[in-house]
Amino acid sequence: MNVHEYQAKELLRSYGVPVPNGIAAFTVEEAVDAAEQLSGPIKVVKAQIHAGGRGKAGGVKLAKSQEEVKEFATELLGKTLVTHQTGPEGKVVQRLLVEEGCAIDKEYYLGIVLDRVTGRVVIMGSSEGGMDIEEVAEATPEKIIKEVVDPAVGLQAFQARKLAFAMGVPVKLVNKFVGMVTKLYTFFVEKDCSIAEINPLVTTKDGDVVALDAKLNFDSNALYRHADIVALRDETEEDPREVEASKSDLNYIALDGNIGCLVNGAGLAMATMDIIKHFSGDPANFLDVGGGATKEKVTEAFKLILSDDNVKGIFVNIFGGIMKCDVIAEGIVAATKEVGLELPLVVRLEGTNVDAGKQILKDSGLAITAATSMADGAEKIAALVK
Amino acid sequence: MSIWVNESTKVIIQGITGNQGMFHGEQMIDYGTNLVGGVTPGKGGTEVLGGVPVFDTVAQAVDKTGANASIIYVPPAFAADAIMEAADANIALIICITEGIPVLDMVKVKRYLDGKPVRLIGPNCPGVITPGVAKLGIMPGYIHTPGHVGIVSRSGTLTYEAVHQLTTAGIGQSTAVGIGGDPVNGTDFIDTLKAFNEDPETKAVIMLGEIGGTAEEEAAEWVKANMTKPVIGFIGGQTAPEGKRMGHAGAIISGGKGTASEKIKTLRANGIEVAESPAVIGETLIRVIKDAGIYEECLTGSTVK
Repeated sequence: MNVHEYQAKELLRSYGVPVPNGIAAFTVEEAVDAAEQLSGPIKVVKAQIHAGGRGKAGGVKLAKSQEEVKEFATELLGKTLVTHQTGPEGKVVQRLLVEEGCAIDKEYYLGIVLDRVTGRVVIMGSSEGGMDIEEVAEATPEKIIKEVVDPAVGLQAFQARKLAFAMGVPVKLVNKFVGMVTKLYTFFVEKDCSIAEINPLVTTKDGDVVALDAKLNFDSNALYRHADIVALRDETEEDPREVEASKSDLNYIALDGNIGCLVNGAGLAMATMDIIKHFSGDPANFLDVGGGATKEKVTEAFKLILSDDNVKGIFVNIFGGIMKCDVIAEGIVAATKEVGLELPLVVRLEGTNVDAGKQILKDSGLAITAATSMADGAEKIAALVK
Repeated sequence: MSIWVNESTKVIIQGITGNQGMFHGEQMIDYGTNLVGGVTPGKGGTEVLGGVPVFDTVAQAVDKTGANASIIYVPPAFAADAIMEAADANIALIICITEGIPVLDMVKVKRYLDGKPVRLIGPNCPGVITPGVAKLGIMPGYIHTPGHVGIVSRSGTLTYEAVHQLTTAGIGQSTAVGIGGDPVNGTDFIDTLKAFNEDPETKAVIMLGEIGGTAEEEAAEWVKANMTKPVIGFIGGQTAPEGKRMGHAGAIISGGKGTASEKIKTLRANGIEVAESPAVIGETLIRVIKDAGIYEECLTGSTVK
């Protein structure tokens, strides 16, 4: 789960990580009010969307007066920002963060992530702040310094010092840097983050170390123990169908094709998308109904697929192991009737009680095309939507 | 004719009195698995499933039954604790089916297991089956046939698909191992390939990977350097978009890394044949074992050694 920058900074501030003074604003008036409450000659007006690359897309403005704050807030609120992470459709700005400007001396990168190879948390630092870290990793991998944390003892001060000296943090500020890294690590572990990225982390002319930007992502498996984080979820930043799916406990990802897919199991669901493409079709979604799909769940899944106007046909691919095919067939028939499905429907059933399942589909009198295998089904649905 | 699970495997279920534990416990017994006990704290001294004794702790269960394997069906919030309890009781083979364990819990678990003489399979996996001998997991037993092809996979239902293709084509399986779809897990591809390489009954291996991480790439390099048996692969998620978790917590392309095309390229560069589509996993294996001259001995019922 992602949060906005202003939410991330509030969370980090509560853990003692130094961040600029700032106030969130949902309207132009609020932005102007916020600027009045802040001090310093320069205010930064930042668009709040769940995507990186806002600066390059014109979503971050430096205001030298109240008039400029008003001007920029008016311009940004409601504007569609297109960055390299939003996709071509972009994202509409609905919230702003107004911050005190900061006399930057130098920019650095600091990130905490999970390293899948070691199965441990890794702290990454670089002198190349403010840049896309993937680009730094590609062009100058030696400029990324990594410290792997032993979960038995947590991050040690010497590790943070090693990072500081290797990154070239001024000697006078090393202790402040160590303090910040330690607090960020504590936050990461206590709140079950999957990513905590400070880019840039800056040293200021006043001799401070400040998190100028903050990107946090939380492990969705751990949200059950963090009600405070769940409360920060902004559903308007997510695909509405994905939000709907998560309420019905379905794994759904919207794609841009026209063949709706309903599959049991994540691996098979991915493979089903692949085989549709293999037969020159275009999947409209990833959808895993899970191992214990009921009639109600199948009905919800159908509704979800049909809420996408691009969908011109549906492919159901079920390998019933523990789930019995006759039960699934009954679910498909009931769901088809309930939603009044008019689009082509291809069903491939395999596994326990498959013959009974096929008979139920046949006896239903519905226009369901039966498939004998995964390939057969994919080929048939691809032909039907052409 | 197997790895890790054989005739001497004595199994307990952690979370045996829950819905999942009871349901799959019964299926496991029906398959012939030697289920010697179960653990549910507070329910020690009772019996379930027609005489399977329940214990309060894993240590008690091991002491009374001599169990050497445990399968875990407890909810995600308690699963890490359950794995560590099994390890503390020196259970040699720990299989965790549970999906949805917080990843930082698994980071701790992995550290706790370091240096202990135990093997963890999963979490978020279908388990391990040695066809005709024992089923430690949630896979449908009847689609499997005893034989000589090993399977290792990050996915459940896709494994069933591959097994079904093999069985229908008359090719049996030695052991099928689901290593799970989480980013931090116990046993990995290389551990499993190593075991298959050393198992005299396994003649060839199918490796089913998916997007996210670099485990398939590392496995491919290991195969090229060490494997003496044919390996074929399939990678799911060729059409998956970047930055989205495709059901499995570990199935995500991030920063352009972990794509299917990258993995397929690496597998091929290391001499592993990759099935073009999930429908031809079985066919691809058959073509490769025919080329290697071991098709006959891989046929079901073959006694060729």
